[in-house]
Amino acid sequence: MPQTAQQPPALELLRAEARIGRRTIWSDANVRIGQGEFVAVLGPNGAGKSTLIKAALGLQPLSAGQIRVIGAAPGRANGQIGYLPQRRSFDASMRIRGVDVVRLGLDGHRWGVPLLGIFGGPRQRQAEARVAEVVELVGAGSYAERPIGELSGGEQQRLLIAQALAPRPQLLLLDEPLDSLDLTNQSSVAALIRQICRDEGVTVIMVAHDVNPILGYLDKVVYIAHGGIVAGKPRDIITSEMLTRLYGVPIEVLKAANGRLVVVGEPEAPAAHGNRHVR
Amino acid sequence: MFDSLNQIFTYHFMVNAFRAGTIVAIAAGIIGWFMVLRRQSFGGHTLAVVAFPGAAAATLLGVSATFGFFAFSISAALIIAIASKRGGQPGAALSEESAVIGTVQAFALAAGFLFVSLYHGALNGVNSLLFGSFLGINDSQVVTLLIVGLISLAALAVMGRPLLFAATDPDVALARRVPVRMLSVAFLVLLGLAAAEVSQITGALLAFALLVLPPATAQLLTPNPVLSITLAVAIGLAVTWLSLIVAFYSPYPLGFFITTFAFAGYLLALIWRRSARRRYVAQ
Repeated sequence: MPQTAQQPPALELLRAEARIGRRTIWSDANVRIGQGEFVAVLGPNGAGKSTLIKAALGLQPLSAGQIRVIGAAPGRANGQIGYLPQRRSFDASMRIRGVDVVRLGLDGHRWGVPLLGIFGGPRQRQAEARVAEVVELVGAGSYAERPIGELSGGEQQRLLIAQALAPRPQLLLLDEPLDSLDLTNQSSVAALIRQICRDEGVTVIMVAHDVNPILGYLDKVVYIAHGGIVAGKPRDIITSEMLTRLYGVPIEVLKAANGRLVVVGEPEAPAAHGNRHVR
Repeated sequence: MFDSLNQIFTYHFMVNAFRAGTIVAIAAGIIGWFMVLRRQSFGGHTLAVVAFPGAAAATLLGVSATFGFFAFSISAALIIAIASKRGGQPGAALSEESAVIGTVQAFALAAGFLFVSLYHGALNGVNSLLFGSFLGINDSQVVTLLIVGLISLAALAVMGRPLLFAATDPDVALARRVPVRMLSVAFLVLLGLAAAEVSQITGALLAFALLVLPPATAQLLTPNPVLSITLAVAIGLAVTWLSLIVAFYSPYPLGFFITTFAFAGYLLALIWRRSARRRYVAQ
C-alpha cells in the first residue's frame, strides 16, 4: 500500500522503553510502521510482544521515549483501532449470539441499552447492516446466530476479527490470532487478515508465535528479543543467521519447492533468559 | 376459578404480596440476567444471605427491617468489590473472589444468628427472614420496593450496553475506554439492591430462586439477549404469581413453591435444550 506524505505512520516508537515493575522489558526501541502495512511482531515468549501492543493502546505507559499511534498519543486513537487480545475463548456457558459479540465491537462502549434498538431507527438499521457486512466478510454467516460459547475456536476467532473490524478501524492490533487454531484454520484466517489489509487498506500489526502461516504476506517484521526491538524487511530478518542470533538457538530458514520460505526450529519456549512470564 | 382469584384480591395483604412480588420478579429477572452472564451467582446468593443479619440487626436496633436489608446488602457488595482485587470482573482471579465471597457469607450467617440471640424477646420472624413470607407486607414497604427497583433499573438502563461488553470481553472493552472496574463495582451494588429486594419476599436463603433460576432458564432457551431478558422477567412473574396463589390456598410456605416452580421450569428448559441440541447434531 503506497504511503502518502500526509498520512501519519500507523505506529511510531522513538527511543521507547517499557518497564513492568522494576524489570525493563525493552528499551531504545525505534520502529516506524506505515499505514496499510502488514506487520508481524515476532520474538521469544516473554520478550514483550504483548507489552508493545498494550503500549500502543495506552494500557501500558512507557518509562521513556515516545510512542505515536496514527499520529496521536497512545490511547487517543483507540476508536480507530481494532484490538484482538491474546488467547480468548468464550466459556461454553456463554449464552449470547455471535452477532451480539460483533455488535458490541461497534457500539459496546456507548452508554445506554441495546434493547431500545428493537424499535428500529436509521442508526439501528445502519448498525445492523454493518454487523451483517463484517460477519459476511469473515465468512461467519452460517453460524453467527448461534451461541458463541458453542462455536469452535476458529469460528470464534473469525467472529472476534469481525468484532474488531466492525467500527471500520484504520489499525488492527492482533495478539496471536492464529494461536490455538488448527493448521487449516491458521492459513485461512491468515489469508482473511491479509485480504482485509489489502482490500480495506487497514494496517495490520500481528503478534505471531509461528511466522510460517503469514510469511508470504509480510511487508515488515518487528523482532523483539534481548530487551531490544529490531524492525526491517522480512528478507533481512527472516534469515537463518538473524533468527539464530535473535532467539539464541539454531534456526534454519529453508526455501520450499514452491519457492516459499519456511522457518524450521522455531523454539517453543526458549530458556535463554530467566523470568519470562510477562506477556 | 376466577371467583377464587377475585377472592384472593379481597385481602389487602394479598394485593400487597402481588404488588411486591411483581416488582421483585421484574427487577430480579433483569439484574439476575446480567449476573448469570457475568457468572456472579455465588456473589448474588451471598448478597441475599447478608440480608438476614441486616434485618436481624435492624430489629435489634429497633429500626425498620427494610433499612437493614438494604444497608447490609450494599455494604457487603462494596466489601466484595474492594476485597477481591479486580472487583468481581468475570473470569478474573475467580478462586480469590470466591474465597472472599464465601467468607462474607459465613460471617453474615454467623452475625445474623448472633443478632437473633441478642434479641432476647423471641424473634419469631427468624423463619420468615430466612425462608420468606408474604404475610404482612405493608404499603410503605411496597413503595420502597418500587422506588429501589426503579432506581436500579434506571441505573442499568444507563450502563447496560457497556456492562454487557465488559462481561463478555473485558480486555477489548478496556481498550475501548469502557470503565470496566467502575462498572463492576456499580453492578455489585445493583446486585446488592436486587438481592435485598428478593430476600424480602423469598427470604434470605431462597433468593436464589428468583435471582438466578429465571435468568438461567431464559438463557438456556435463547441466546438472543432481548428475548432472553424478556423471558427471564416473564418466567419470574409466572413463578411468583403462581406461587402466591398456591401458597394462599395451602398451608405450606411460599418459599417452597417459588423454589419448586422455578426449579421445575429450569429442568424443563434443560431437557428441551438437550433434545434441541441432539436434533441439531443429527442434522
